[in-house]
Parts: sequence; structure tokens; C-alpha cells
Amino acid sequence: MATTEDIRSTLAEIVNDVAGIPAEDVQLDKSFTDDLDVDSLSMVEVVVEAEEKFDVKIPDDEVKNLKTVGDAVAFIERAQA
Amino acid sequence: MSTHARILGVGAYRPIRSVPNSEIVDRIDSSDDWIKTRSGITSRRIAGPDETVISMSVEAANDALEHAGIGADQIDAVVVATVSHLMQTPAAAAMISHQLGATPAAAFDVSAACAGFCYGIALASDMVKGESAGHVLVIGVEKLSDITNPVDRGTAFIFADGAGAAVVGPSEEPGISPVVWGADGEQYDLIRQTVAWDDVFATPDKEWPALQMQGSAVFRWASFAMAKVAQQALAAAELSVDDLDAFIPHQANMRITDAMARTLKLPERVVIARDIAEQGNTSAASVPLAMHRLIDEGQVKPGDKALLIAFGAGLAYAAQVVTIP
Repeated sequence: MATTEDIRSTLAEIVNDVAGIPAEDVQLDKSFTDDLDVDSLSMVEVVVEAEEKFDVKIPDDEVKNLKTVGDAVAFIERAQA
Repeated sequence: MSTHARILGVGAYRPIRSVPNSEIVDRIDSSDDWIKTRSGITSRRIAGPDETVISMSVEAANDALEHAGIGADQIDAVVVATVSHLMQTPAAAAMISHQLGATPAAAFDVSAACAGFCYGIALASDMVKGESAGHVLVIGVEKLSDITNPVDRGTAFIFADGAGAAVVGPSEEPGISPVVWGADGEQYDLIRQTVAWDDVFATPDKEWPALQMQGSAVFRWASFAMAKVAQQALAAAELSVDDLDAFIPHQANMRITDAMARTLKLPERVVIARDIAEQGNTSAASVPLAMHRLIDEGQVKPGDKALLIAFGAGLAYAAQVVTIP
């Protein structure tokens, strides 16, 4: 089972790949839009890549609730459980 | 017996008026930077009252005929892809054919929204190969400014006007690969006219219908599901990305083009059409307009292989590999 830190660091790589944000900046308390400057379209790309990497489904309706990196990690943890 | 078909010529008509972001940012409470970042669009072509679906089509078609070295009297069918010809009957194709001097060519319109031009190329290829037509004129044309809500923050900066055309005819070599196409009606609501015409007239305020779009859901579908369709089209053509010279996707949004190119892992030498920057999204017209620009600027040469993919309301999509004339 992947740990919270595993999920965060994989997600950080995806955010880096999609939006060019340094992976070390992608911490649990960071807001995607306010802190990391990930816009709505990049967020969709992050979500789709995360779906493939983690083998989970993240519906469009859910994406707007994933405000922070921690929200996304928690969602992925729940979806994998 | 013609066993193969190819595109023999490509033509374009771009409306004279170019509208920069600065002219529309106030009415949608946006900024030049926001529009550029979200769409890659810096300006768009908007047709004037005298630039109609019919007149723009005739201009683009004449350009394509000249490029192909074919006379209008050699055209056996005129296929017009559009969703913005506001006269529902008869088809725009009949009038366009008449004005070109192609009468009595078969003439009909195709309603497949942004996918329309690639649908038309697939039909034309099969018509030529099946010998129901010697030469087919395929036109993608839109005057989306007539059906765009000027204050809709999701669409007002995207949609634009123009026409592109291609002449498809017989060839000794395969020049149009088998189409990969389809439609997903479950997602019918993602891009559509706001209200049907009968409902418009059933309400007292008679509000003019417009195109509306659920942006992020469309972005997800277009960027990822369509990259898979593009891969299927390459497989159907028995090609890999290394065999490609150009990638000419529907000019929906630069971000969609970028995401697809990334997913497809296109080699750096493959030219990617980015006509949207100064043209906007012209739905059915975008693929031939983008192809015309690449030819015009010498970024592709005759014999090059280009992957076309177009997708939009329906949700309808079509992709094929074509040889550049």
C-alpha cells in the first residue's frame, strides 16, 4: 500500500511534468491555484495523469473540491482503499 | 478504376477583420494574458456583413480549385461541413456549387460540427474510390460569430469565422488513410446550442441561441480521448509518429493541441499546426485553414504525411492521415 508520502511525491512529479512547478514545492498544505499557479486546464491534465498513475477515477464534479495537494492525496488514498 | 484518393489542392478564406484580445476583454471581464494562457489566442478573424457562409466558401473553394489545377466543371460533388449556415433549407452546398459553376454536381451539407471537415474528407475519399464521383470539393466553413454569445466568458474569446476547402480526386498512390471516426451521444450536452429554435419562439423574449460549452469536461475529452483516436488513425494508416511530417488537429484551443502532442509523444521535427493564435477556433473550417497556412508558409511540402484530427459537438470525431498536395 502506498504511503501518503509516496502519493504526494508521485503527484508532485505529475504537477512538475504538466505545469513545470518544482516538485519540492508541491507540499500537502499548498493550494493548486493560489500557491502553485496551476490553472483549471492544467488541473484537468494533472487529474487525468493521476488517474492513470494511481489507477483511480476522479470525476469532473470532484475536481473542484481538490483545492490543496493534501485534498488530492486524501482523495487518491480513499479511492485506492 | 481508381483505387486510391488524395487531396489535390487546399484553399482558404480568412475574414478581413482581425479582432485582438484587447477588443473583447472588457465585455467578458478578462485580460489579454488570461485569454492567451487559457487558449493561445491573440486575435481572431471575424466576418463582416458581406462575408457570408456562402461567399467565404466560394472564395476558399476557388483557391483550392486553382491549387489543384482543376476546373469547377470537373467537380462531381460539393460537400459542405458547417453548423452556422442559418438558412436551414436548402443546403449551403447547392448555392455554393452554383456560384462556383459546378452545377449539376451533387451538393449537400454535413452537420458534424468541428469534426465536419474530416468527416467530409472521409466521405470524399470513399466517393472517389467507389467511383460515385471523380472529383469532390470538401468545404469547412463557419460564421460562428452569428451564434456566439458575446458576453459568455467560456466561448466569446474562442469562436471565430472563416472557410477552408480541399479538392479530393483520384490518385495512383494512397493519399488518404482509412478514417477512424465516431460519435459519443452520451456527451451530447457538453457542446450545444443553448435552445432549440422551436423553444426560442415559444418564449416571449425570443433570445437568440448561441453555442455553449462545458469547458473543462470538453478539455479532458479532447486532450486525452482524442489522443487515443489519433493513435488509432496512425495504426490504421500503418504509420508511427516517426513517419509523420505534420500534425494538424482541429484548432480548438492551443492547450488541447499541446496536451495531445505531449500524449502522442510527437518527435520534435513534426510540424504542429498552431493557426488558432491569430485565427481563433473556426470549428469545421479550422483544419483546412491550418493546413493551408502550413502549405503557404512552406512548413510542409508536397508528399508530406499529415495527421488530421477533428472533434467537437456530438461529441463527434474523425481522424485520418493525408498526403499534403
